[in-house]
Amino acid sequence: MSDSSSGIPRDPRRRKALQDMTRFGGGAAVAATMLTAFGVSSRAKPAQALRPPGALPERDFLAACVRCGLCVRDCPYDTLKLADWADGPAMGTPFYVARNVPCEMCDTIPCVKACPTGALQHALTDIAKAKMGVAVITSRETCLNLQGLRCDVCYRVCPAIDKAITLEISHNARTTKHAIFEPVIHADDCTGCGKCEKSCVLTDSAIKVLPIEIAALKQDEHYKRGWEEKTKAGGALVDAPLKLPVRRPEGGTP
Amino acid sequence: MTAKARPKARPYVDARAQKGLWAASRFLVLRRASQLFFLALFLSGPFLGVWIAKGTLASSMTLGTLPLTDPFVFLQSLAARHWPEGLSVIGAAIVLAAYLLLGGRTYCSWICPINPATDLAAWLRRRLNITFTAKIRPDLRLYFVGAVLAASVLSGSIAWELINPVTALHRALVFGLWFGAGGTAAIFVFDLLVARHGWCGHLCPVGAFYGQIGKVALLRVTADNRAACNDCMDCFAVCPEPHVIGPALRGERSGATPVITAGDCTVCGACIDVCSKQVFHLGLRGRNAVRPDPSMTAPSPVARVVSSQPAVLERDLP
Repeated sequence: MSDSSSGIPRDPRRRKALQDMTRFGGGAAVAATMLTAFGVSSRAKPAQALRPPGALPERDFLAACVRCGLCVRDCPYDTLKLADWADGPAMGTPFYVARNVPCEMCDTIPCVKACPTGALQHALTDIAKAKMGVAVITSRETCLNLQGLRCDVCYRVCPAIDKAITLEISHNARTTKHAIFEPVIHADDCTGCGKCEKSCVLTDSAIKVLPIEIAALKQDEHYKRGWEEKTKAGGALVDAPLKLPVRRPEGGTP
Repeated sequence: MTAKARPKARPYVDARAQKGLWAASRFLVLRRASQLFFLALFLSGPFLGVWIAKGTLASSMTLGTLPLTDPFVFLQSLAARHWPEGLSVIGAAIVLAAYLLLGGRTYCSWICPINPATDLAAWLRRRLNITFTAKIRPDLRLYFVGAVLAASVLSGSIAWELINPVTALHRALVFGLWFGAGGTAAIFVFDLLVARHGWCGHLCPVGAFYGQIGKVALLRVTADNRAACNDCMDCFAVCPEPHVIGPALRGERSGATPVITAGDCTVCGACIDVCSKQVFHLGLRGRNAVRPDPSMTAPSPVARVVSSQPAVLERDLP
């Protein structure tokens, strides 16, 4: 049969092929949409699930990690686990929960060396520079030291003692004659290994390692700190003290 | 249509009677041995402390020297805009080269841990005489490959690995993450009750990807002895991709090559096992010679492709 207007014979197979392409293409588009939504939502992992040392930011990590488990195999302390369906992080990706088994911060960083894709960045060669997360006193109300007692356990177990955690002394207003030894975390030196969280003596740890995304350590670009800008510029940014206009109500006296 | 003929419940009976049990189940035994072997490489470490292959089928390190990476996972990672640093580039190249030689979807039938489950479903289907099958076109999976790559680009993640039941089952076996095996259970039920060869033959994008390699891969099954075919249809009954057989087996009149060139062929060798007339052999792409018809004294007047090269028999292969 042929179409009189064009004179080109219509092939029924062509129609069938076009129908199939539309149907399958539509199905594939639905599948792609669902998979995309799942991919985007899988970026949200539980806050307790920490990535291994050197891990790319979560978004990039999910593009890079092939879920091979080589980092898990080479972890000598069985800290790292692969995520099963129900564990929270994207299926098959490595993570650890500090309260269960913290990172022992091996000097040789075998997990990073094992990574075949760079999801764990090979540029990380000094474990002290790792940023798996950052410890935060999440419960000032229950922390024993903050009640004026001497627990100090998180401070004592910290691999970067006196750098990542220091004890800051202040007056104990309740007893009026004792001191409070407050554990203070310094994010620059904290690797997020989680030994503090693991060893907190309370039933629910008062100190917890939060992923960097949640702890939000990045300084906003638009805040310029005068003292830093001054150092960068090599001197004061303004020549002399500004002469500001005097503002007072109409007819007022100085 | 020949391929749609109702499959026999016991297609191997003739082959066993005429060739013997071993010749009629050689490839099945070899495939199961291969599947167990590749699994054992990964399991010897966690169970015996002897580390041969570390990792999973997505990416692994064998004996501390041989890196292997699934090129489909690698491709998704590139689509998600991650430029890999490390051994995955070499690993993916090695695997790609290996399957270009060894037949593409040989992954599906000789290594993939889901294959025994879907084979069991197909076997049960025949035995229980379950004839209902949802109509899904085999090329739907190619659209799925496109969908997976699109989702990888759009979500910036290795999209199929979020749900891939193949690597999930492998992780279940090797790392003990048993929830991941749930997908395989679902596939088994789907294959048994919903669609014949439903997962591997119609949907799985991993197999579809390896099928693209199979389109140019060297190792193939050939129906080089097709003149001996007695139209018993047993090969169609056992083949997980029955549409690949026709062009090679029935290509005599049109002079088509006896080599099964379709990428969908998994080179599982079930047709070789089941054929009581020894029509099928392992062969190489491009070796298009056919064996002479033993029943004819004079050459057939029908145009038949007989190249100067001798047919490659499987015993000639390394």
